[in-house]
Amino acid sequence: MLDALTVATAIAALLLAAWCGWAAYRDQPTKDWHFIGMAVVSVLALAQLAVGVVQLARGQKPDQGTTIFVAYLLGALACVPVAGFMSLAERTRWGSVTVAAGGVVLAVLQVRLYDIWGG
Amino acid sequence: MATAEDAGERTRRTRLIKGPGMLLVWLYGVMVVGAVSRSAVQISTEFAHAPLAYSLSAVAGLVYGFITYSLVRGGETARKAALVCCAAELLGVLVVGTWTLVEPSAFPDATVWSDYGMGYLFIPVLLPLSAMYWLRKGSR
Repeated sequence: MLDALTVATAIAALLLAAWCGWAAYRDQPTKDWHFIGMAVVSVLALAQLAVGVVQLARGQKPDQGTTIFVAYLLGALACVPVAGFMSLAERTRWGSVTVAAGGVVLAVLQVRLYDIWGG
Repeated sequence: MATAEDAGERTRRTRLIKGPGMLLVWLYGVMVVGAVSRSAVQISTEFAHAPLAYSLSAVAGLVYGFITYSLVRGGETARKAALVCCAAELLGVLVVGTWTLVEPSAFPDATVWSDYGMGYLFIPVLLPLSAMYWLRKGSR
């Protein structure tokens, strides 16, 4: 797996979490800029899925199994967009908290992805 | 405006996913995906390795799924059902957490509830507590 991309995605996810956490702290819902941020993070997760699939296609094998690896890649891709839609339905600070939680979950998924691929 | 909203509120089911409830649905959703997919993979590929642990993960997934559904559905019955399930969930985490510490040999592989959910940032312990707090508040 591309380590640089994994690290970049994890950091971007944590930044997004901090940013939306700040919005929640100031009692604000998610705004357009937050959604742009979510889009950036989601694009990183999408790039990761693409890189992961290409590497599998080249015949490389993740340490802990292909099924789990692909499942985590899909989970990582879905994570932030789902939280984003939920924040659209909840136009209060709690929507921002939800997206912040989504960012943290994505960062954790990155650590797991790194382990699953095998360092 | 306010009176119209109030009237609408009474005819509809009590919404359980407003405010903090939305965050709870998200976290429960994550736990559902985590527990169900994990146990599905493990049960289908290596069930004999740690049958107890994998079965418990599957049960945890079902409980999480039911709570998520109840929260999204809303209403008084769902609120009570979710409250009962959260209590069962908390009990499960505490019992299984203690069990894994007292008798690790019964668990060759981890469950979602091992060591009180340490592998999941202790979310399995914290989630039922906050959910029960939120659901009890919703009754007033």
